Amino acid sequence: MTLPEGWEMVVGLEVHTELRTATKMFCGCANVFGAEANTNVCPVCLGLPGSLPVLNERAVSMAMAIGMALHATIAPSTFHRKNYFYPDMPKDFQISQYDLPINSGGYLDLPDGSRVRIERAHLEEDTGKSTHLGASGRIHGADRSLVDYNRSGVPLVEIVSGPDIRSAAQARLYASELRAVLIATGASDGRMEEGSMRIDANVSVRRNGEPFGTRCEIKNLNSLRSLQRAIEFEAQRQVELLEGGGVVRQETRHWDETVGATSTMRVKEEAEDYRYFREPDLVDLAPDAAWQQRVADELGPMPAERRAAVVGLLGEPSDAQRDAIDVVIDLGLERFVHATHAAGGDVAVALARVANELAAAEDVSKLTEAAFVATIALESSGQLSATQAKTVLADLIASGGEPREVAAARGFEQLSADSLGDIVAALIAANPDEWSRFRDGDDKLAQFFVGLVMRETKGRANGKAVIAELHARR
Amino acid sequence: MNATAMAERVRRGETSARFLAEESLRAIRARNEELNVFLHVDEHGAMAAAARVDDAIARGEDPGRLAGVPIALKDNLCQVGVPTTCSSRILEGWRPPYSATVVERLLDAGAVPMGKTNLDEFAMGSSTETSAFGPTRNPLDPTRVPGGSSGGSAAAVAAGMTPLALGSDTGGSIRQPAALCGIVGVKPTYGLVSRYGLIAFASSLDQIGPFATSVADAALLLEVIAGHDPMDSTSLPEPAPSLVAHLDDGVAGRRIGLVRELIEGADAEIVTAVERAASVLEAAGATVVELSIPELRLGLSAYYLIAPAEASSNLARYDGVRYGLRVTDEDVTAMNEATRTAGFGAEVKRRIMLGTYALSAGYYDAYYGQALKVRTQMRDAFKRAYRDVDTLLGATTPSVAFTFGSKTNDPMAMYLSDVFTIPTNLAGEAALSVPFGRGEADLPTGVQLLGPGRSEARLLAAAKVLEDVERGS
Repeated sequence: MTLPEGWEMVVGLEVHTELRTATKMFCGCANVFGAEANTNVCPVCLGLPGSLPVLNERAVSMAMAIGMALHATIAPSTFHRKNYFYPDMPKDFQISQYDLPINSGGYLDLPDGSRVRIERAHLEEDTGKSTHLGASGRIHGADRSLVDYNRSGVPLVEIVSGPDIRSAAQARLYASELRAVLIATGASDGRMEEGSMRIDANVSVRRNGEPFGTRCEIKNLNSLRSLQRAIEFEAQRQVELLEGGGVVRQETRHWDETVGATSTMRVKEEAEDYRYFREPDLVDLAPDAAWQQRVADELGPMPAERRAAVVGLLGEPSDAQRDAIDVVIDLGLERFVHATHAAGGDVAVALARVANELAAAEDVSKLTEAAFVATIALESSGQLSATQAKTVLADLIASGGEPREVAAARGFEQLSADSLGDIVAALIAANPDEWSRFRDGDDKLAQFFVGLVMRETKGRANGKAVIAELHARR
Repeated sequence: MNATAMAERVRRGETSARFLAEESLRAIRARNEELNVFLHVDEHGAMAAAARVDDAIARGEDPGRLAGVPIALKDNLCQVGVPTTCSSRILEGWRPPYSATVVERLLDAGAVPMGKTNLDEFAMGSSTETSAFGPTRNPLDPTRVPGGSSGGSAAAVAAGMTPLALGSDTGGSIRQPAALCGIVGVKPTYGLVSRYGLIAFASSLDQIGPFATSVADAALLLEVIAGHDPMDSTSLPEPAPSLVAHLDDGVAGRRIGLVRELIEGADAEIVTAVERAASVLEAAGATVVELSIPELRLGLSAYYLIAPAEASSNLARYDGVRYGLRVTDEDVTAMNEATRTAGFGAEVKRRIMLGTYALSAGYYDAYYGQALKVRTQMRDAFKRAYRDVDTLLGATTPSVAFTFGSKTNDPMAMYLSDVFTIPTNLAGEAALSVPFGRGEADLPTGVQLLGPGRSEARLLAAAKVLEDVERGS
């Protein structure tokens, strides 16, 4: 979907990411997703009278890592209280950063070559999670509302982009690249479906060359697809409104995924005055040079650089391979591809196995790079079929070990060239018509014979080796 | 018997913690109905704590420096399982699931908490008259207020119910009632005592401190509760200062400033008491100079913007959702409003409105922002004064204990009760009130000693000089 000729959209994104700290931002409660409601809570994150916050240093380190990855300036900062009433916010104020954020300025380069400026990336605490029982599913008109405070006080970094995005596709690209960066810093798991990365989009439209129009903010977009669809819808809505002689009201809008439309949540005039003031229960935050250096030292290369390194091994990757590279980089598994390359192995096969078999695994810590490289070598040399190689990898991921031994344990002892030759000879003899058509140049029939060999060997033969054998006898 | 002597006798096995707790309970029962000092007497908890002390003694262990000493806690301090109300309907029935750091430290030192004392609602007041559970009466003259907001704690000590009590001081809430009840009260340096578990009124000003019948007891109690606490980010990094060891340091060689603004407008008897204190200190070897710190006059106005602003945020959590009072209504917003309307008293509502206004867009710079500038000026002014002198001297209050209702209809008159004590809170420094002299109706008057951060040892030593003279020892 594109806007009518002469129109341009202007988009800025606010991305909230939960930090992967072991404990919450201001207390010792575990920071985990999916626990039984209200089990990871204490006087501090429940905001009980008399409780006080103590800042989690790990959250600060992660916020700085994000800032560094986004080329931002890290500066002494302060915490403020953002005051408003909401039942899932136990103190009825949120501790956030206001005029002095920890990270300000910066940029993110996107794979399409564009650059989006970052205005700030500041620390704040998450709220609890409300569930509204009733027809609407929202707080208004709910029969009953339940609040789970496990999320209350989970550390967040809010990353605010400049108004530099000009299409819904670019917004999606920005969000996906930012997600990859956040994962690479180790600060976030990037799981949008679990709410650990949530996006608000500020959208306005203008006729080419005119100043910025009035913007609407779409709240809580929780997938890249929703983000792109919501922005497309909203920009289109605003253009239609303006072309019809109407005006855009500055307001907060809600995206309804099933309807595929945005609707008014609240107009700006009703917006709350948050009465920000310095949080008197916390002291100023001024990480010294040594602390910053420790964070910088721990920070590995960012996705763009890592992606380029894998692309370099492949030369001219296909679209499918580019997708596979994105998956591998997201999961931080490219060391297996590099190890294969270093050992002179087949990088394309290695990439496919990492992007599929390894990516599907919960945990690959038992699989050594050497064992992976050896498995790929066995597959490439025809000693293991693709199916067998996948099975061996699955066993190595589950229990570790050495691929030859795992293959032997599975009964994947290699077919010797002689026995493969005997089998092929026997099958040729049994299927003379098909063989003569193959000899006459009908290459499709190669697959016919491969299938027969596979049935005969119960999948132990290597398809490439069978084809080589057939061609040798043609 | 004072706390220091009690603890020594318990540790030597000359008396038991149980006996002292029973004595305290007897004293409470004798006058609590009349004076309304304790909102909750934790008889069971007190006897259990006393038994633990006695058992420790029986095992040959040292139960601590406050072994068996009964103590009263202001009802804005959390103690696990003990009803904590802040004298507000909105928290009625709430039992905290955790204890304040100071309560933990008291128990570790063998003290026996007897219960929770009355205060002005959420510590907002200077007479305990804003308590939702009725005012406390001054044990020295039950027709008069004990001061506030820690009026219940001051009255508990003055009435001999407990030798020690803890209060909190945001603008004078320990020193003013100490003066009005004729006992010693200390507002420690901001950050010296952990605020963890103190229900906040104004976080940047609140500080927990001791009430006692003697300077020595106050020093002992402060030593027990002071020192760094990792649960409070504003807690000073150092361990507790040594106070008891310096009680007899005297004031020889000290330079003490008698501050004009800290006696301005006070009753004649009170001015006389302060001047007499100056000559006593001079006779003990100090040099006393008269000086003026005009910025102190700005304290009251700055305080009544900063404290309500913080309070408006601190008290937002009493919304009926999680604990305390809930008045149901058609939706969450209406429930919040109905709960807060029913649960808060008039003074609390006044300050929440003041604070909300002071922080609002368009007014922030003129009110809250301006008050912060005044606060900085106040700090600088004190700092300048401390270049010339090491201790400041003035009155604690403009008058002796006043009668019920005499200021309740005039908030400004009530607020002026704290005019001499507020500047110390704004500066985050230390001050104490020590009984010295008599005023109208032969009621006690308090003299205030002020010093820079962490000067408690010096202030207590100076207070001891005054106390010794007053007691004729």
